Amino acid sequence: MPRNLRRWGPPLLLISPSLILVAVFVYGLLGVNAKTAMTDVHTAAQTTGRAPSSFVGLENFGDLLTSPDFQHSLRNLVLYTVVFLAGTMLFGFLWAWLLDRPVRFEGLFRSIYLFPMAVSFVASGVVWRWLLNSNQGESASGLNRLFQMVGLDFLQNNWWNSVNWGIAAIAIPAVWQLSGYVMALFLAGFRGIPHELREAARMDGASEWKLYRHVLFPQLSPVALSAVIIVGHMSLKAFDLIMSISKPANYQTKVPAIDMYVFKSSFDYASSAAVGVILLVVVAVLIVPYLVHLNRTEKHR
Amino acid sequence: MTAAAAELTTPIPAADRAPARSRGGFSVGRTLKYAVLLAFLLVVLIPVYVLVVTSFKGPGDASPARAWNLPTTWTLDNWTAAWTALSPALWRTVQMVVPAAIISSFLGSMNGFVLSRWRFRGADLVFTLILFGMFIPYQAVMIPLLQLMLGMGVPSGVPSLILLHVIYGIPITTLIFRNYYQTIPNELIEASRVDGAGMLRTYASVVLPISVPSFVVVLIWQFTSAWNDFLFAVFFSSSQNGPVTLALNNLANGALLTNYGQSMAGALLASFPTLLVYVLLGKYFIGGLMSGSVKG
Amino acid sequence: MRTGRRITAVAAGIAAVSLALAACSSGGEGGTDDETGGTGGGDASEVEVFTWWASGSEKLGLDALVGVFEDQHPDTKFVNGAVAGGAGSAAKDLLQSRLQANDPPDTFQAHAGAELQDYIDAGQVEDVSSLYDEFGLRDVFPEDLVDRLTVDGKIYSIPSNIHRANVTWANTQVLTDAGLDPEATYATMDDWFTALDAVKDSGKTALSVATTWTQVQLLETVLLADLGAEGYSGLWDGSTDWASAEVTSALEDFEKLMTYTNTDRDGLDWPDATQQIIDGQAGFNVMGDWAVAAFDEAGKTAGTDYVYFPVPGTDGVFDFLADSFTLPVGAPHPGGAKNWLDTVGSLDGQVAFNKAKGSIPARTDADASEFSEYQQSAITSFGEDTIVSSLAHGAAVPVATLNSISDATSKFTTGASDLATFQSDLAAAAGA
Repeated sequence: MPRNLRRWGPPLLLISPSLILVAVFVYGLLGVNAKTAMTDVHTAAQTTGRAPSSFVGLENFGDLLTSPDFQHSLRNLVLYTVVFLAGTMLFGFLWAWLLDRPVRFEGLFRSIYLFPMAVSFVASGVVWRWLLNSNQGESASGLNRLFQMVGLDFLQNNWWNSVNWGIAAIAIPAVWQLSGYVMALFLAGFRGIPHELREAARMDGASEWKLYRHVLFPQLSPVALSAVIIVGHMSLKAFDLIMSISKPANYQTKVPAIDMYVFKSSFDYASSAAVGVILLVVVAVLIVPYLVHLNRTEKHR
Repeated sequence: MTAAAAELTTPIPAADRAPARSRGGFSVGRTLKYAVLLAFLLVVLIPVYVLVVTSFKGPGDASPARAWNLPTTWTLDNWTAAWTALSPALWRTVQMVVPAAIISSFLGSMNGFVLSRWRFRGADLVFTLILFGMFIPYQAVMIPLLQLMLGMGVPSGVPSLILLHVIYGIPITTLIFRNYYQTIPNELIEASRVDGAGMLRTYASVVLPISVPSFVVVLIWQFTSAWNDFLFAVFFSSSQNGPVTLALNNLANGALLTNYGQSMAGALLASFPTLLVYVLLGKYFIGGLMSGSVKG
Repeated sequence: MRTGRRITAVAAGIAAVSLALAACSSGGEGGTDDETGGTGGGDASEVEVFTWWASGSEKLGLDALVGVFEDQHPDTKFVNGAVAGGAGSAAKDLLQSRLQANDPPDTFQAHAGAELQDYIDAGQVEDVSSLYDEFGLRDVFPEDLVDRLTVDGKIYSIPSNIHRANVTWANTQVLTDAGLDPEATYATMDDWFTALDAVKDSGKTALSVATTWTQVQLLETVLLADLGAEGYSGLWDGSTDWASAEVTSALEDFEKLMTYTNTDRDGLDWPDATQQIIDGQAGFNVMGDWAVAAFDEAGKTAGTDYVYFPVPGTDGVFDFLADSFTLPVGAPHPGGAKNWLDTVGSLDGQVAFNKAKGSIPARTDADASEFSEYQQSAITSFGEDTIVSSLAHGAAVPVATLNSISDATSKFTTGASDLATFQSDLAAAAGA
């Protein structure tokens, strides 16, 4: 028994505070939410138990998934995620690649590319709301005005006010904020590649391009995967940025997190909770294979 | 401790200097590269230009239509007004963010150590369960969370926010530390075990001192996310005891005639501390990421 | 085996914690019943007043009211619980969550009418009828107004001020430049369209509008103009058919009005739209009478710089909304809340508050001569006109209905639905 205690005691002591906190604050609350999602609490009186509510199983999920408006939100979410992911991965990778080679003022470039990450959505929303103003022609402001000033008038567009593509414009500030972080990840990845690998390739007479293409890039796939996961989960939870640039009622920028907010403010707690569960399932679809993959690769080591 | 100090002073290995042909002299490729880097630099700085320029403009001057013009007259009024409005909240944010970042870093370090070194059946499952906490949409749990916090009697404002940032920081801090600790050679731990040190002693005397790079990453990460959080701030504090994001929102989204110059000055003020952290510690951040934490 | 036991232990731990969680939430609910004990007495050491009046004229109004409160009740400490952001959206969200978690402020701001209904249904606000007797308020408020605060014979809040939603604002210079007479008013929507065409042809924005809720407010005034006061009110009690041809033609007018508006509307809030009138970028704007504060702040003079008149086709109708204060169930300082409600209902409080905020007092015994020119005209109209409840501000319908109507409106104005879909979406929203 004392041997057991000595073996189990210390690690348990270190980890149990976190386990308890996560069990209560993550799983306990998710449980409460899932329970609400399977009831018919759609009115103010039901939220406080002054009107009866009952268990309805998966009804709310069916209603949501068949509603054209929620489908529009889901479509927006996909579009937002695609632009956000593609943008951050593209710029992040490109910058890291450019900075991997000897560059004068590397520190300056790196700091400036990285800094938008330090800005809160509340703060960046203040300025992006201006920049993404949809007016064109004489009354143009923001980026549209800038395009006019530099003679790129044809680039003018109505940004997030477009019904079908508006949400992609909201992803622009998100790309601005997170590309630097992805760059940092890739840069760390590049620098973490053992020196010998580069030397060996050069000995073999590989050109710079071939060195990168065949030797260095493949080494970065775990980094790329982490970046996709981190950016991807931020994208699925996108809320603050949309709230600070657009408005929850604006149809063109609806995403599930916004729907959840609007349902909650309508006292429709069941639908709100159901949206939360759907988001969580979407996240799980993304994250669980990743975690399984992680576990597998570790076992093989 | 010396090993850690060395890590800190040489945060990033110098870039690879091998190929001779790209060094010195003029080359088209090189010029193009700098042109591209510079172009991106300017694009990234566009919003900053607007923020800075507008923050020095008088009320009539600070309109969206004139966003790109320099101020007709430069004034500091917006800055003094924004400072008056935000300074109490800035101070509270410091009081909230510093302990939150430190506590969650230590928790993450302990978890990461245990989960990377203590191989028991189900360790991966426990880790996965913890990690999943990173992905929950917080709005979904807001009402039961409020009830829980009230039930526990945590006062609104700084104490509540510290607790929440610590709790919801556990997944990411655990992830970063666990990945880092997996790169520590087994021999280091074994050596200490042979010396008869228990797990706690090993953790305190061997592992903690070499954890500095990961601490830098985690501290910066938690500092930034706690500093920039708005959602928890709205629900668990008020304008009297809340952080700077809340105060900035009050300043920027006031009901009547938004004073753009003032909100832009406020946005810059609210961002300075995190910006400073990134500018001063940015290279350690990348260095820390490199020392194991990005391993997939 | 060891691992098995450990996992069991963890599972047991989680179960225990979930139980504690359940216990604490049900404990909270139980607590509510105990505290539902009328309004007499209670802790009066302080009062947390929850509003979304955090800046501008609203904050000035609140400050003035607090001034009177501190004179009248020096022993109760005022705690400002104002939350800014998005026309009260952040505030309402927080308020709702706090009420749900049984952590109410001592008193909170709510629009009189249907918006209050949600809190009443949820059992979150106390009946304050007895305070009306105690403070002698039964005869000082207009009957129309008290009716809208009353449910099943109980009154649930004390109104502080009244606003009018159906006001058109116009820049005289822009109108003159477009060849229009700034003094002219328009009897019907069609008359107004002619004037809007003139402004449009002069190269200015004819009608400035902002984000969804201002579009909903525009929609409500169009419905009011085309259906008349009775037809409009009937939309909310079911006596007007949403699918009728009259509604269709009103929606057609709305659709046409939207063609005169600025394209960046969805990114703006009402002060930006009003600013376009002040700056002479736009000819007309429809906004509630709180807009007058924006003109004042810009140093503009009514009659010379700008004019205002009821939305064409709504003359003689007062599209009303009122702010009011409540006594939440389980308020920690009910005595303080009572003192606050006393000041809110008092003549001094109403005069000081409304002079600063630009609205008109809910009390009928205030001396009109103390107020600005616009306010005096509003006081007169409120006394004489037919009163209807505003849609966009929660007076006419509960929050859920308003949210659905807003969604339908945004969907329509961004071009994602056609008029027929819009009409059926609205009918569905109102029926829900």
